[in-house]
Amino acid sequence: MPTILEVKDLVKKYGDFTAVKGISFNIQEGEIFSLLGPNGAGKTTTISVLSTLYAATSGDATIAGHSVSKDPMAVRKVIGVVPQEIALYEDLTARENLNFWGQMYSLSGKALKDRVEEILEQIGLTDKARDKVKTYSGGMKRRVNIGVGLLHKPSLLFMDEPTVGIDPQSRRAILDSVKDLNRQGMTVLYTTHYMEEAAELSNRVGIIDHGELIALGTQKELTRQVGEMETLVLHVDEMQDVQRLAKAVEALEMVRHAEVSDHSVTAIVPEAEEALAPAVTKANELGIKIRSVDIREPNLEAVFLHLTGRALRD
Amino acid sequence: MKKLFLIGLKDLKLIFRDPAALVLMLAAPFALTLGLGFVTGQFGGSGSGIGNIPVVIVNQDSGQLGAALVEMFQSEQLSDLVTATQLDDPTEAFQQVDDDLVAAAILVPAGFTDSVLPPAGQSAPGRTIQLQVYANPTRPTSVGVIKTILEEFVNRLEVARVGGTVAITQLIESGLVPPQEAAALAVELGQQQADSLAESNAITLTSNVASEAAVNFNPLAYIAPGMALMFLMYTASNAGRTLLLERDHGTLPRLLISPTASAQVLGGKIFGVYLSGVAQMLILIIASTLLFQLQWGDPLGVLALVLAAVFGATGWGMVITALAKRPGQVAAVGSVIMLTFGILGGSFINLEVMPVWVQFASKITPNAWGLDGFSTLALGGGLNLLGRPILALIVMGLALFAVALVFFNRRGMAMK
Ligand SMILES: Nc1ncnc2c1ncn2[C@@H]1O[C@H](COP(=O)(O)OP(=O)(O)OP(=O)(O)O)[C@@H](O)[C@H]1O
Ligand SMILES: [Mg+2]
Repeated sequence: MPTILEVKDLVKKYGDFTAVKGISFNIQEGEIFSLLGPNGAGKTTTISVLSTLYAATSGDATIAGHSVSKDPMAVRKVIGVVPQEIALYEDLTARENLNFWGQMYSLSGKALKDRVEEILEQIGLTDKARDKVKTYSGGMKRRVNIGVGLLHKPSLLFMDEPTVGIDPQSRRAILDSVKDLNRQGMTVLYTTHYMEEAAELSNRVGIIDHGELIALGTQKELTRQVGEMETLVLHVDEMQDVQRLAKAVEALEMVRHAEVSDHSVTAIVPEAEEALAPAVTKANELGIKIRSVDIREPNLEAVFLHLTGRALRD
Repeated sequence: MKKLFLIGLKDLKLIFRDPAALVLMLAAPFALTLGLGFVTGQFGGSGSGIGNIPVVIVNQDSGQLGAALVEMFQSEQLSDLVTATQLDDPTEAFQQVDDDLVAAAILVPAGFTDSVLPPAGQSAPGRTIQLQVYANPTRPTSVGVIKTILEEFVNRLEVARVGGTVAITQLIESGLVPPQEAAALAVELGQQQADSLAESNAITLTSNVASEAAVNFNPLAYIAPGMALMFLMYTASNAGRTLLLERDHGTLPRLLISPTASAQVLGGKIFGVYLSGVAQMLILIIASTLLFQLQWGDPLGVLALVLAAVFGATGWGMVITALAKRPGQVAAVGSVIMLTFGILGGSFINLEVMPVWVQFASKITPNAWGLDGFSTLALGGGLNLLGRPILALIVMGLALFAVALVFFNRRGMAMK
C-alpha cells in the first residue's frame, strides 16, 4: 500500500504556546487512521495544519506527494475535510449548502447537480433538502457537515470528531458511513476522544496528548506494548452451570483468570482468538450450550491510562 | 474569478434572509424618511436640510424681466426656500458670497430685458445678455437650488418667446395682423408673458410631474437619499461583520481550505458587501419612487452615483472589519460610524449651516459626496454633473481598500 500522507516533525505554535510538538506518522492508502486524544491534545491543530489552514511552525507533511506548505492548492484538491465544529450556512438549505460548497470545489453544471443529489441520498436528507440548516437537529447538521466534505470525492478524508454531541443513533449512522466510505476506497484520518470509536474504526491508532504522539500502531500492537490482556466472554443459556464452565476455562493453559458474571464467563487471555476453540471444546465436554461469544480487544483507554497516568476523558 | 462572484452572490442571498438586517437596511430608512418628512413638513424646519437659502440679487436691468426675476425670488411660493435680498453694488454682493453670508449672488446685467425682448422698432433681438450667478462653492446644494430656479426662469422665458413668436406668425399668416404691426405686438405678447412669469407657479414646491424640467422640492427628496446613505453604512459594516462571523462559525476556514485562492475568498466577501449595498440602494430608490412618487432624477446618473457611493461605503465597511477583532465590535463601531457619518454627511442637518471644519470632515464620508450627487440629480442635473462626487467616492473606496488590505492577510483572515 502506498503512503498517502506523511507527517514529519510537525510543530505548530500559537504564539508562545506549542500545541503540536513535533509529531511524525504516515497513513497508507485505504487505511482508517485514528488520532485518539483528550480535549486540547492538539488533534484539531494537527488537522488544521494538514488541511493547509495554518502554516506549520516547523516540519512539514506531504499528501499524495504534495507538500502541505509548498503546494497547498494541490493538497486541497486531494483532501476532504469534515471540521469539528459544524461549518455550514444556517440560513441556506442543505441543498443550497451542498451546491455552494460544490462550487467552491470547482464542480458545476450537471456534475454538481448529480453529485449534490447523490450526497443528499447518502446522508439521508433528500426529503429535508429544502429546509434551512438552522431547522435541523444536531445529528442532521453533522450529516450535512460530512456531506460537504465528500462532495469532490477526496482520496483522503479528514474527520475531526464528527460524532461529538449527537444522539447514539446518529453516531451509529456516522460510524457506519465512515466504514462504508473506507470500503469504497477512501482513506480516512479520524480524530476522536472516544476510545470505542478508534477501536471500532481504525486499522491503526495514534494516541496524542499535550501535542505529542505518545503511541502509534494497530490496537493490538498498542495494547501489547503496555501488556494488556484481551477479554473473551462466553455467554451461556440461563439454566446452565456457569460456575463449572468458569472453573474449566480457568484451567486452560493460556487463560490467566476467569470469572462469572450473570450468565457469562469472562476470561482474561493474551490472545482471545487462541483461547476460543479450547474454551468452546471444554463447554461441549461439559454439555454446556454457548449462546454467543464476545472478544473484547484490550482497551485503548487502558493504554492511555498506562501511558499518561490519566483517564482519556475529563 | 467565478468563485468570487459565487461567494458574493451567496452573501447577498444570506443578507436577504436575515430579518434583522432587512429591518435596518430597508425598513428603517423608510420609516425615518417618512418620520422626518412628517416632522419637518414642507420647508419650514431646518431639519429637512434645505430652506431659507440666502441669496442676493443685483438688478441693473431697467426692463420688466429683471423686475420679474426679483419678484419671483421674493414671491410667496419661494419664501420658505430662499431669502432674497437686493443690492445695487455687484462688488458688495460678491463680497457677501466670499464672506459666506449668502449662497449665491445673481447679477441681472443692464439691458437684459431688451436683449431678450427687443423694444419696439428694433425687429431682431441682438445677442442675449446672460444672467450671472456668483456661486458659493461651500454650499453646493443651495447653489444647485438657485441655479435650478434660474434655469426654470430662463426656460419659461424661452417658452414665452417662442410662444409669442408662434402666436404672432399665426396672426400674420391668417392675415389678421399686418406685418408692420407684428413687432410691436410681439413685444406686447412677450411682456404679458413676462408679467405672468412672476405670478405663475414657476417653481413648484410640491411634487409636480407635469413638466420634466419642473423642480421637485418634495422634502422627502432630500431626506430619503440622506437616510438611504446612512443605512448604506449599516449594510457595509454589517456585511463586513459577516466576514468575522464566518471566521467564528468555521465557514471562512472551510472556504480557505477549499481550492479557492484566499484573494478570491476576500474578494468574494467584499463583492457580497458591495452587492448588498447596491441592492439596498436600488430597492430604496425604486420603492420610494413607486410609493411616494419621489423623483431621484436621471436614472443613469442615479445608477452611477449608487455604484460609486456603495463602493465608498464598502471601503469603510472593510476597514472597520479589518480593524475589529470580534463581530460585536464591528456592529458597535459600525453603528457609531453610521450615525456620525449620517450627521457629518448631512443626512439630518444641512451641512451649509455647520462650521467649516465639519464641512471639511464631511468629505471623508460617502454620505456627504453621495448626498451632494443626489441633490444635483434631484434638481434635474445629469450624469455629466456628477464627476466630482463620483470621482471622490471611487478614490475614497480605493484608498480604504488599500488600508483594509494592509490589515488582512491570509493568516489574519483565518485566525486573527
Ligand atoms: N487559535 C488558537 N490560539 C491559541 N491556542 C489555541 C488555538 N487553537 C487551539 N489552541 C490551543 O492548542 C491546544 C490544542 O488545541 P486543539 O484544538 O488542537 O485540541 P484538540 O485535540 O482538537 O481538542 P478538542 O478535543 O477539545 O477538540 C489547546 O490547548 C488549545 O487551547
Ligand atoms: Mg479539536
